[in-house]
Amino acid sequence: MMEGSRHGILTCDRGGPAQPLLSVRDLTRHFGGRRAWIGAKVGERRGAVRAVDGVSFDVAKGETLGIVGESGCGKSTLARLITQIIAADAGEVIFDGEAVGTSALDLSAYRREVQMVFQDSYASLNPRLTVEETVAFGPRVHGLARRDAIDRAHDLISRVGLDPTRFAARYPHELSGGQRQRVNIARALALQPRLLILDEAVSALDKSIEAQVLNLLVDLKDEFGLTYMFISHDLNVVRFMSDRVMVMYLGKVAELGAADVILANPRHPYTMALLASMPSMDPDRRTTEAPLSGDPPNPIDPPSGCRFHTRCKFATPVCAQTAPALAEVGPAHRAACLMAAPGSAHPQAPPGAAVAA
Amino acid sequence: MSGGAPIVEVEGLTVDFVGGAKPLRAVDGVDLTLRPGEVLALLGESGSGKSVTLRALMRLLPERRAVIAGKVRVDGHDVRALSKSDLTAYRGRTIAMIYQEPGIALDPVYRVGDQIAEAVMRHEGASRREARTRALELFERVRIPSAARRLDNYAHEMSGGMRQRAMIALALACRPKVLLADEPTTALDATVQIQVLLLLRELQRELGLAVIFVTHDIGVATEIADRIAVMYAGRIVETGACRDIIRTPAHPYTGGLLASRAGGAQAKGGRLAAIPGVPPDLSNLPPGCAFAPRCKQVQPVCEQAVPAEASIGHDHRARCVLLSAGSAAGQREVFGETT
Amino acid sequence: MAVITDIGLDVARIPAKPIGRGYWFGVGRRLLGDPVAIAAAVVILAIVLAAIFAPWIAPADPYRASMLRRLRPVGDALYPLGSDELGRDMLSRLIYGGRLSLLMGLLPVVFAFIAGSAIGIVAGFVGGRINTAIMRTVDVFFAFPSVLLAIALSGALGAGILNAIVSLTVVFTPQVTRIAESVTTQIRTRDYVEAARVSGAGPFAIIRVHVLGNVLGPIFVYATSLISVSMILASGLSFLGLGSKPPEPEWGLMLNTLRTAIYVQPVVAALAGAMIFITSISFNLLSDGLRSAMEVK
Repeated sequence: MMEGSRHGILTCDRGGPAQPLLSVRDLTRHFGGRRAWIGAKVGERRGAVRAVDGVSFDVAKGETLGIVGESGCGKSTLARLITQIIAADAGEVIFDGEAVGTSALDLSAYRREVQMVFQDSYASLNPRLTVEETVAFGPRVHGLARRDAIDRAHDLISRVGLDPTRFAARYPHELSGGQRQRVNIARALALQPRLLILDEAVSALDKSIEAQVLNLLVDLKDEFGLTYMFISHDLNVVRFMSDRVMVMYLGKVAELGAADVILANPRHPYTMALLASMPSMDPDRRTTEAPLSGDPPNPIDPPSGCRFHTRCKFATPVCAQTAPALAEVGPAHRAACLMAAPGSAHPQAPPGAAVAA
Repeated sequence: MSGGAPIVEVEGLTVDFVGGAKPLRAVDGVDLTLRPGEVLALLGESGSGKSVTLRALMRLLPERRAVIAGKVRVDGHDVRALSKSDLTAYRGRTIAMIYQEPGIALDPVYRVGDQIAEAVMRHEGASRREARTRALELFERVRIPSAARRLDNYAHEMSGGMRQRAMIALALACRPKVLLADEPTTALDATVQIQVLLLLRELQRELGLAVIFVTHDIGVATEIADRIAVMYAGRIVETGACRDIIRTPAHPYTGGLLASRAGGAQAKGGRLAAIPGVPPDLSNLPPGCAFAPRCKQVQPVCEQAVPAEASIGHDHRARCVLLSAGSAAGQREVFGETT
Repeated sequence: MAVITDIGLDVARIPAKPIGRGYWFGVGRRLLGDPVAIAAAVVILAIVLAAIFAPWIAPADPYRASMLRRLRPVGDALYPLGSDELGRDMLSRLIYGGRLSLLMGLLPVVFAFIAGSAIGIVAGFVGGRINTAIMRTVDVFFAFPSVLLAIALSGALGAGILNAIVSLTVVFTPQVTRIAESVTTQIRTRDYVEAARVSGAGPFAIIRVHVLGNVLGPIFVYATSLISVSMILASGLSFLGLGSKPPEPEWGLMLNTLRTAIYVQPVVAALAGAMIFITSISFNLLSDGLRSAMEVK
């Protein structure tokens, strides 16, 4: 099903399997605040919401990167930055070796490579368009003829598990939540993207439907050779879907590594707390103590040094002074914590030379 | 832990919503009993009727659109027969409710402390000073830090978790005997959710409250409930002790919910054992068992009549024809032990 | 082609209907079930048809005067609805009057709808400083009460039907603009508009496909509620001598010229006012009915 676009440029692998599909470097985005007029930091925003603050990571071809975090961690803003719905204040996004927004990869071509599925299945669909019109919209915008776009829409509608003869001419208000989300997935796939960002795509669905849609996502990933960024607050779902996991806290990356490793042997205290906060499935062994107290803090004017130190059990004075960098704590496992980073100033840090990521 | 005569007795509760295009039966013949000091979780997905059942216990359903039938007795009161003035006294002193959104319970234009004090003054006739003292006591009980200062906060000045605690304090202000919780932790972050669950457990133990906790999350139900009642399409399809339901589910729907959880021991890259089909259309239910269209073990007899309750073990019942015919052991074979 | 059939078991519940029922179909159906709206629509239709077919329906020549047969009462042998101060047949003048009154009532609203929607949608969609510039300019017009503004503009432009239509259009455009901007701003932040942007659609495609369909409906309803106001203002302008000129039959003008006859033949003098009243109320009721029909999703 690899058709050419109107420019005759096929969406295809440019860098080979070793090159990461997506590279994000020092991505930063602040909202609001007031710019300082005088003084040393002229131009810098004060009192701004530091939604995403210097985030760097890679996504390998064909993998699923799970992104977890609570409110205020910046995962939704990150999704919007990567899809270029909002512009970054600093940092860059590199797709398959080419920087987005430059002549090598202009925005229109990038849009064919990266697509997103939103959380609210109802608000994501135009109530005045039928299912097939919604799915065909993207291809038509990029130059596909109407008949071909509708055919592609029908094909995708059936691949997401809906019978086109019954569903193609339906309106969103006639569908259930799970069916609408399938339409959203079909719409996202209509442009044959290589990277699909799922921003809490199953969070609003009933549990029985959630399982169906997760199965669908797994099947589609194999069938279309997709790469996923799976954003969720549900660690169980993230564990099922992801190859690697990235934990975010207050706009920064707290921990990053293989899913089994991070979820079985977390090194960052926040990740440990998240895992311990999951409700127990054993009625005889219930949780007796809340791992963290208080609410996730406000991303406006976050704490100094390590942003987590105000709630951390293992915090020491040095944690308030030094912001930890993302350091190697194991094979392909990185954590931004002084306690885990070898050779750092934290009293419980393992010995060894500091290895910066 | 709990005992004595039941404090909540519901028999044959039926709620029909008339007024739309077609009449809709949201709750169909629900039976519930709750003892003092006991926590019952009502587990179900959207459209299962769990929230409507809860609201029927406090007569919060719109009078003209909702037609209620059946017996509802709470602490000896016949809830359906209460007069308007008795109803006002009943709500707050006998029974109270906490919601998913604290904004429903907390008025944004009044300080939180004043709202609690007002409730105490109205229900118990206390003076303003006594009411303020009680409000402070409650805030400390729900573990709000700097309680004295927080009494003068408005709702929007508090964080999400703190608002939830303030709402719990408001609900407990007049020492109710029964607490209804309508998905109070669903909208909270995981780290805050576990705090609130533990708080509720602790308060329930201290005050000897009877609690009905509505949720769609099995994990939350496991953490907080002594007993679980599983609802589907307005009917209770299984009820029993928490341990029994989680370890040895009898009804195919319960078993399906447990098996489809992404937390189990599936191989990475495998598929989840999802329940097929779509949730039922309440205005157009099939005759017979409502779960039949989605059930993997459906029999022809399932579509003929709504299955009667079959007893499986001590205080463990489910509505499934397979249970009357076969045995609980046969069910266990199908699902295997979970957890 | 793998078809995932998790969902298959319950598909039988959804009939294989090739044509989905659209939103406007639902609106039409609800409107047809609203007796008040139907009655109002029938009245409007009758008045419009009468105005169109006036030459065939009117019993007499609306311009033919007769000083002998002035101010005859209603039910007179020659004049079923009486005669005016110059002896002209009221019934014919009322029927012919519908033409001008409807024209002066409808055209300004149509023009204001087009102009106001265009400006408002652009302002709402673009946002930021351009939005502020446009909307604050619109706010200036709101400082003037519409009647005063209409009179002032008509006075400046001079009397005449065309000038009256122009001044009324200017009066109504800011109001439509405000509604259009408000609705567009709401729609602009919806997820499906963001999804369209992620698909790579440019602003024109997004406006055409996603915004217009969702926005024109509410603006249209608001505009129909302006029709009655427009008719009354147009009649008012004619009453003041700023709209149509004698001997044209036009309801507002007729009210003016029959003013002095109010002690002689009060019923005849009030007839034109009754027509204005009936027509504007019918438009209002129809607009209300349309709004309720559109409310339900």
